[in-house]
Amino acid sequence: MTDAMETVRAARASDKLSAHYLRAHLFSDFVELHGDRQGADDPAIVGGIGLFAGQPVTVITTSRGHKLEERLAKHFGQPEPAGYRKAARLVKDAARFKRPVLLFIDTAGAFPGKEAEYAGQGQAIAQCLTDIGQAQTPIISVIFGEGGSGGALALACGDELWMMENSMYSVLSPEGFASILWKDASRAAEAAELLGLTPESLLKGQVIEGVIKQEGSKSAQCREIARVLEEELAKLQKLPVSSLLNRRYERFRKF
Amino acid sequence: MRLFEKRNTISERHVKANKRAEDLVPSGLMQRCPNCGLEFFSSRLDKYKTCPDCDYGFRLTAKERLAWLCEESEEWFKDIQPSDPLHFPNYEAKVAAGKKKTGLNEAVWTGLAKIGGQETALAIMDPFFIMGSLGQMTGEKLTRLIEAATEKRLPIVVFTASGGARMQEGIYSLMQMAKVVNAVNRHKAAGLLYLVVLTDPTTGGVTASFASEGDITLAEAHAMVAFAGRRVIEQTIHEQLPKDAQRAETVLKHGFIDRIVLRQEEKGTLAWLLKYGGMQDD
Repeated sequence: MTDAMETVRAARASDKLSAHYLRAHLFSDFVELHGDRQGADDPAIVGGIGLFAGQPVTVITTSRGHKLEERLAKHFGQPEPAGYRKAARLVKDAARFKRPVLLFIDTAGAFPGKEAEYAGQGQAIAQCLTDIGQAQTPIISVIFGEGGSGGALALACGDELWMMENSMYSVLSPEGFASILWKDASRAAEAAELLGLTPESLLKGQVIEGVIKQEGSKSAQCREIARVLEEELAKLQKLPVSSLLNRRYERFRKF
Repeated sequence: MRLFEKRNTISERHVKANKRAEDLVPSGLMQRCPNCGLEFFSSRLDKYKTCPDCDYGFRLTAKERLAWLCEESEEWFKDIQPSDPLHFPNYEAKVAAGKKKTGLNEAVWTGLAKIGGQETALAIMDPFFIMGSLGQMTGEKLTRLIEAATEKRLPIVVFTASGGARMQEGIYSLMQMAKVVNAVNRHKAAGLLYLVVLTDPTTGGVTASFASEGDITLAEAHAMVAFAGRRVIEQTIHEQLPKDAQRAETVLKHGFIDRIVLRQEEKGTLAWLLKYGGMQDD
């Protein structure tokens, strides 16, 4: 059995795949589109249109940034309400043109800040759940690092969710979980085990559609991601819209 | 009890002034409003349980609320039992305590009700059942209610009260957010009215899902309405959050709530909105 805490460490490793790398290597072209159209643009979410296997797709990624300045502005990859609203807007735009949507997630969660509360963090996530839940176009998400709570779910509520081998998805970080339930953050490893946050156990629980192997160089890993996404997208694009939406409803209804 | 050894003419002012009040006052005699700090005799709390000074609504069990909210009600889905997908240690005891405190099978009462003559599907979350947390079966009861309401073409009223996701159920708790929101959206697509009343406290995953999806969103006076917890925010931004930052009145000012309602007026307001807030063709 793999040690869950090892998965957590790998999911957080600083030298793992970055959103920037994924955008650059999965899409032959990428045009970034900014803004939530309600007064703000959150740099922790990067979105736009990219070319994937010869067709235009809407691409949305969380973004941690590289330089310290960037990382601070992006709150280390924790989106603000404007980020979720940007994502929701881009998904709606994509649906208008039947353009598939690919989302890439690596976030500890939605940013817990004062301004984020005032700007309606809860409402913004609910908006994503609604707009992504309803959009009439295929939507696939991939977690490639941390998938933290509602902030990750907001971007993972489409037709399929895949996880990289070295990634995690949980209702709360193991540290947070241990400190809330046992008032002892040092019991994180035990919490990680109990939470079942590894791709392996999430696949068993049918929370995700599959696990993407991470072998070889980063570019080899990207080729593997591309292979999986191309295959899945082709399946989803064959479905009539009504079956696509029913399938999406049932995907969450079973829980 | 020393209180009764003396002349029994104690007033609220005396209790507050007396440093030995704790010894003098039988427990349960006095209440302290968590919003404004007013101390007052419990006897001044009626069935609505609101602060005599600031109108804050004390937390109610779903059944306490049900008693004054509707003329008639019929409980649905009361045989569903909480799940334990993670086999969480000591979880059964927590569930049993929640059941005992609330008389419910899960953290939400669901059923059919008549509010001021208006028939509606009704859900009331109970903050005394594991903090009103959103367990798998909490979400299941809500979803079944919403699906039934869509089928029977009924409006829905949801009273939210929740500490957020139910940690003991891990990711399966998180999935409820999407499950319930999807059901709400089918109900909306059918042209039906979805009303939300935010009560103290509405937080976390519930705020980030069906609590924020109302066609009309009411909130009780001074109810805490938040996404992230105060402590988490303060540790993140390294400053203190203003006292009222997560109160309904502040959230209203930022545009996420339609109106604050006093508990005493809730029934009338809901009846009016149920009558006039949705489609007028039937």
